[in-house]
Amino acid sequence: MTVDNLSAPVVAVDEFDFGPATGLVCRECGAHYGLGAAYACMECFGPLEVTYSYGEVTREQIEAGPSSLWRYAPLLPVSKHAVDEPNLQPGWTRIVHAHNLAEELGMTSLWIKDDSGNPTHSFKDRVVAVAQSAARRLGLGTLSCASTGNLAHAVAAAAARAGQNSVVIVPHDLEDGKTVTTATYGGKLLAVEGNYDDVNRLCSELIGDPLTNDWGFVNVNLRPYYAEGSKTMGFEIAEQLGWRLPDQVVIPIASGALLVKVDKAFRELIALGLVEDKPYKIFGAQATGCSPVYQAFEAGFDVVRPVRPNTIAKSLAIGNPADGPYAIDVIRRTGGAIGSVSDDEVVDGIRRLARTEGVFAETAGGVVLATLEQLLASGKLDPTAETVILNTGDGLKTLDAVIDHVGPTATIRPQVSDVREALA
Amino acid sequence: MSGQVTVRIPTILRTYTGGEAEVTVDPSTTAAGATLSGVLEALEANYAGIQTRILDDNGALRRFVNVYVGDEDVRFAEGLATATPAGTQISVIPAVAGG
Repeated sequence: MTVDNLSAPVVAVDEFDFGPATGLVCRECGAHYGLGAAYACMECFGPLEVTYSYGEVTREQIEAGPSSLWRYAPLLPVSKHAVDEPNLQPGWTRIVHAHNLAEELGMTSLWIKDDSGNPTHSFKDRVVAVAQSAARRLGLGTLSCASTGNLAHAVAAAAARAGQNSVVIVPHDLEDGKTVTTATYGGKLLAVEGNYDDVNRLCSELIGDPLTNDWGFVNVNLRPYYAEGSKTMGFEIAEQLGWRLPDQVVIPIASGALLVKVDKAFRELIALGLVEDKPYKIFGAQATGCSPVYQAFEAGFDVVRPVRPNTIAKSLAIGNPADGPYAIDVIRRTGGAIGSVSDDEVVDGIRRLARTEGVFAETAGGVVLATLEQLLASGKLDPTAETVILNTGDGLKTLDAVIDHVGPTATIRPQVSDVREALA
Repeated sequence: MSGQVTVRIPTILRTYTGGEAEVTVDPSTTAAGATLSGVLEALEANYAGIQTRILDDNGALRRFVNVYVGDEDVRFAEGLATATPAGTQISVIPAVAGG
């Protein structure tokens, strides 16, 4: 581990430097734009994505980099100085070879990419770090977001670390593990009487209001940069497996962006010659109580019809996931599938992951594990192929999900005889 | 002017409305009447070119446009046929993936 920069001085940003990024392009119609705080195409409303001109990038160069996502700075829309600017230094989380779980499920080789080890205990630290770097370059002093909880936590912490203001906006009914943590960092936390899709709409409407002139909504007007941060999950999986791609990956779907970007990461690594080109399958995981992408996939549609979420997997409770069609494209192209699991199965999944591997996942991780089991049972996922599942957040954030299912084995007096009796 | 509704315009369409973030139109005077289709017709009459930014070549809502009539996403309602009685507030916003 390298020493992080938690005591680093604030670095003056005086350059419009986005590293290898060259511009923005509309994913729908291909219209090109300059780098800026833009996220929707002026022509067709399509989402904008970063374009790059990569120079030569080698394994050695990456391996010599910091033990954080900044080791992939040459593949992100960030300055090479981003690592030295105040940030949470996320990424380079562990990958766990899940022998016990594999044996229980009859699998040959199973890995857990465990992003609960990030500074605020979810993969959202990755996307925020890249968005925060972009916000600096674009002169946006207040960090903001629409969030299902994990992102709120990540934004509030990253802003605090950098001495920035933050305004994070969430549905009012999130888990304490997400709202209490977020509020402790001291930024503004607005709890909206509505669901995530209402919050997302509100944030979209706030863009362009004079109130938010210096706000960088990490997942709205900074979204092209933010979303690229998710690629680092894919980069790390490949590097940690010894610079090779797994055969199968199971990824939770909320907006669909993470799944799309892990695929993009794999394709970029192939294109740059950093891994061998080989087929891989990408699988999606949704909770049945919010499964619009699953439903569209199963029905053979390209358009995702919005739903009203009702699931304990609140971090995945996006009823109107705009990246859903792209996630479906990736899953179809790679020969994967999507699973949809009940809340009871989510709880069982959380407990099984904890019991077999000592990994305590939040509900999204439970969705992934339950989906893995479902896809194995249906024969859609090959038990003999090397598989990686993603745990995107820490179970401590969603204790409510399991609190009624687990507890002390016994409550006893401090006497040896009581221990004997309790464990008999 | 009994059929007037208010339409919130996203930043990327404000070039059509002279920078106005919110405009008022009367769909009841259009062929489609007091529906979302009528609102878009009325918008087009006042701000030429704006309708084709919201609708695709087949006349359907573009994939990455969200339209709300009141608090309701029109995809949960009747789409372009959603009723827009006088006083309704309509919001047109880019679909952002969120998360």
